[in-house]
Amino acid sequence: MSDVLDGPGVQPDLKVVGTRPIRPDGADKVTGRAAFGADFNMPGQLVGKILRSPHAHAKIVSIDTRKARALPGVKAVVTGADFPNLASEMHEGGEAASNLRDLAMNVIARDKALYDGHAVAAVAATSSAIADEALRLITVTYEVLPHVIDVEAAMSPDAPVLHAHLFTEGLEVRPTSASNVARRNQITRGDLAEGFAAADVIVEGRYTTQAVHQGYIEPHACVAAWVEDGQCDVWSSSQGQFMVRTYCAKILGLEISDIRVTPAEIGGGFGGKTTVYLEPLALALSRQSGHPVKMVMTREEVFRATGPTSGAVILVKLGAKVDGTMTAAEVELKYQAGAFPGSPVGAGSMTALACYDIPNFLITGWDVVTNSPKVAAYRAPGAPIAAFGVESAVDDLARKLGMDPLALRERNGVRNGVKAAYGPTFQNIGYLETLAAIKDCPQYSLPLGPNQGRGVAAGFWFNVGGESTAAVHVNEDGSVVVVTGNPDIGGSRAAMAMMAAETLGVPMQRVRPRIADTASIGFSMLTGGSRTTFATGMAVVQAAEKVVADLKRRAALLWEVPADKVEWRNGAAVCLDPAKADPKPMTLEILAGQSARTGGPISAQVSLNAQGAGPGFGVHVCDVEIDPETGHVTVLRYTAAQDVGKAIHPSYVEGQVQGGVAQGVGWALNEEYIFDSDGRMENAGFLDYRVPVASDLPMIDTILVEVANPRHPFGAKGVGEVPIVPPLAAVANAIRSAIGVRMADLPLSPPKIRAVMDARAS
Amino acid sequence: MAQLDYLAPLKVEDAVKALAATGSYALAGGTDLLVQLRSGRIRPDTIVDLKRIAGTIGIREEAGGFVIGAATPGAMIGEHEALSRAWPGLVEAVSLIGSTQVQGRASLAGNLCNASPAADSVPAMIAARAVCVVVGPAGRREVPVEAIGTAPGRTSLAPGEFVLEIRLPPRPARSSDAYLRLIPRTEMDIAVVGAGVNLTLDAAGVVIEAQVALGAVAPTALLVPDAGAALVGSKLDEASLAALDTAARAACHPISDKRGTAEYRTKIAGVLARRAAFIAYERAGARA
Repeated sequence: MSDVLDGPGVQPDLKVVGTRPIRPDGADKVTGRAAFGADFNMPGQLVGKILRSPHAHAKIVSIDTRKARALPGVKAVVTGADFPNLASEMHEGGEAASNLRDLAMNVIARDKALYDGHAVAAVAATSSAIADEALRLITVTYEVLPHVIDVEAAMSPDAPVLHAHLFTEGLEVRPTSASNVARRNQITRGDLAEGFAAADVIVEGRYTTQAVHQGYIEPHACVAAWVEDGQCDVWSSSQGQFMVRTYCAKILGLEISDIRVTPAEIGGGFGGKTTVYLEPLALALSRQSGHPVKMVMTREEVFRATGPTSGAVILVKLGAKVDGTMTAAEVELKYQAGAFPGSPVGAGSMTALACYDIPNFLITGWDVVTNSPKVAAYRAPGAPIAAFGVESAVDDLARKLGMDPLALRERNGVRNGVKAAYGPTFQNIGYLETLAAIKDCPQYSLPLGPNQGRGVAAGFWFNVGGESTAAVHVNEDGSVVVVTGNPDIGGSRAAMAMMAAETLGVPMQRVRPRIADTASIGFSMLTGGSRTTFATGMAVVQAAEKVVADLKRRAALLWEVPADKVEWRNGAAVCLDPAKADPKPMTLEILAGQSARTGGPISAQVSLNAQGAGPGFGVHVCDVEIDPETGHVTVLRYTAAQDVGKAIHPSYVEGQVQGGVAQGVGWALNEEYIFDSDGRMENAGFLDYRVPVASDLPMIDTILVEVANPRHPFGAKGVGEVPIVPPLAAVANAIRSAIGVRMADLPLSPPKIRAVMDARAS
Repeated sequence: MAQLDYLAPLKVEDAVKALAATGSYALAGGTDLLVQLRSGRIRPDTIVDLKRIAGTIGIREEAGGFVIGAATPGAMIGEHEALSRAWPGLVEAVSLIGSTQVQGRASLAGNLCNASPAADSVPAMIAARAVCVVVGPAGRREVPVEAIGTAPGRTSLAPGEFVLEIRLPPRPARSSDAYLRLIPRTEMDIAVVGAGVNLTLDAAGVVIEAQVALGAVAPTALLVPDAGAALVGSKLDEASLAALDTAARAACHPISDKRGTAEYRTKIAGVLARRAAFIAYERAGARA
């Protein structure tokens, strides 16, 4: 089942927006012609490879590269000493801010290796085999240090300290000694003690999640060429060519204009490609060797050195009246940041209670460094972890109150005019409509069989706007090119072409969307934060509107009438001057063909900083069946409803929702980083890091609830991140319903469930 | 720099000679070997491709049984109708290995000689009482499947020896087999536990012969005679199934690792042995 429910504010009479045309990049992708990161090659290119730390925490005493350099075929060897030491400086990237000093030290270790897989040296050679041999010939002398990965262990006063300069921020009193706790943040309202005192019923829980990887299929890959005059070219797969350009310039001390980055097609990112790993190394190797350098990670490197998102401990306490009115909530979030500060605990804190209107609450977040890969953004960063705890506790509260879980959420649900827990006042939100959609969906009232259970959960994500540029060019035959600077990770090419076509009044097939390199279009923040259809889409529409205004002016010129006597209807200029004897409308083709007579090429570019992104809400219902003897969980049915504003291309919105659910189910059931006692990752491959395969999932039904965002020309809200927020708890709540026991430690893998079944039996 | 040679001999003698050298590795389907080569886990000097030797690919019926060439890919085994009728458990075990693409290459002898305790086809072959024809410098010998693997990644094959073919015995009436494995997902995974059961019934539906083998619960796949004995003389009543469960668990001495705890694996061995016995029994009854 896939439903689209039109709600308030959705424009009627749209011709292109809201339809389901074939995506412009579809043929390239199904035929294998699309060129991903590893598909680009240059004449004379070398193979670049990385030597990685085998230790979770070690002082680098010395690195001897002499034998590697002497090996015939080796053209360059770099270590941390080849890179400038940067000052601590925050850079806002679009999905999350990064400290440039830490970013540079994550790209290549300096005096310390901070996790198993941390890059220590890199080589470039004429063949892959020679590069491998060169890595073996590099001697690194380590002084192995005690390591810590568990988040609570890392917070303990006697934990090994990763960074001597790290003093906890956000405390009332600045601490006198360094620790692994980078920051405490708090959000509070009302009086917590009073709120709990007013409660008739209180539930409490402690929940844990493990680090999980974004699991994009395409490993990181790039080619970098540093020419003698200092001009650099980079071809790479990322979520933002401008982000790659900025970070490379900062890490290597270059002028931004000396670097051009061309985006490759991207084979999945999910937030994990919002930073750089390879590009600065490839550039440094290219500078030293004088050759282009190509680097492609193995899957093992992807797991050991990129991503993941935090493992966490979540403490939740909720209080409510017997009628279900929630009076107080206390949430404490402890998130692993990996080797450098910057876990998504801030966003976790802001989203934790965003679905609820509660008068008294305290949310405390802890950002904690650990000897594991530095976390990267992952689809609604931080929110699924917080929602796992809160939505599990809300489920327990509903059970304790004897209330339907949707009714409890409706009673306390946020609506227009409510001040969100994280600050702003909600407007044009569709949370209640989304709850109602699940209440009314067929799955919610289907009877359950033995060993089966049903769970619901809600989720929230802000969505963002930000800086974007778009250009619209009308060609001499009336066809149109739309140029943007955002890699297409979720069907955005289709959305851009459709919004331009709708505005211009032409069929979408006449509009060709292109994604340009950093020298061919103005700045755009990366594709992340569910911002592209909203913000870049806004730039596209405004550029198309400028083109329409120009076309009207040109038609007026040809008709010799004032500009206000021309209207643009269905892709053509119409003359409104009654004095003119029935002039035929002038189509885009006609005007384009005469452009030289009316002022030259027809083209417009818009750069903007989009404000007013509409937040999104999702409500999911999951049905499971447990094999009580093996503990295996089968997801039987799943329906996801989401407030999407206006679905520009409903099929790709549904795809986003289904993809988020699939990743969330994997997170809930099987995915986890497993480390051995030395802190080395034990499952750095898709065999033992278990993302769901197609046969693990039922058809995921979707309901698109359209409550338009008036700040977007067609009402769009971001859609890509919300759907990963509810599934962790939806699955856990379904298992709770099936087995009668609350399971609070992800992943809910078969051995854990069998152990609970055994305990229940005895 | 290291050099990697590739040989594809046409004759058994040439393969034996090439494999006798240190640093030589046998290649059948390559679905394990190439992965290990790429990951750097092995660094061979020579790869000896066995697929051009006559008889290493193909399935033939001989003396009432089947002979399966060492390099016969899973897809051919899965599509062989007579073999599937006689040994549905073995065929389903082979068919569980990898993906459709891997099935086009992955071989029966490769799955055995890779010597993973979790190899899916191995418990099914052991329960089937399959025998390997091994060739080597000392000539030709026949060994039961369970004698090949000695530890994870290690076999009893001497330098220069390789498995040429695998022989399945003649099949009496009212006999069949089944294989089940537990994986956290539904496919594309490695067995946390595997169980193969091979049964023969009399005309009254009483089990007269039973073989039970387990995978991933010990350093090698195990033949569990006590588990088989628990079924003989029964019609798979609750008591005999409980005895099977107990015997299967008693044979387990697994490790705890990223794929499952020892305790969990042991419990599941009993569960899967019971379930596989039930399926084999139904199938055997249908082959009256």
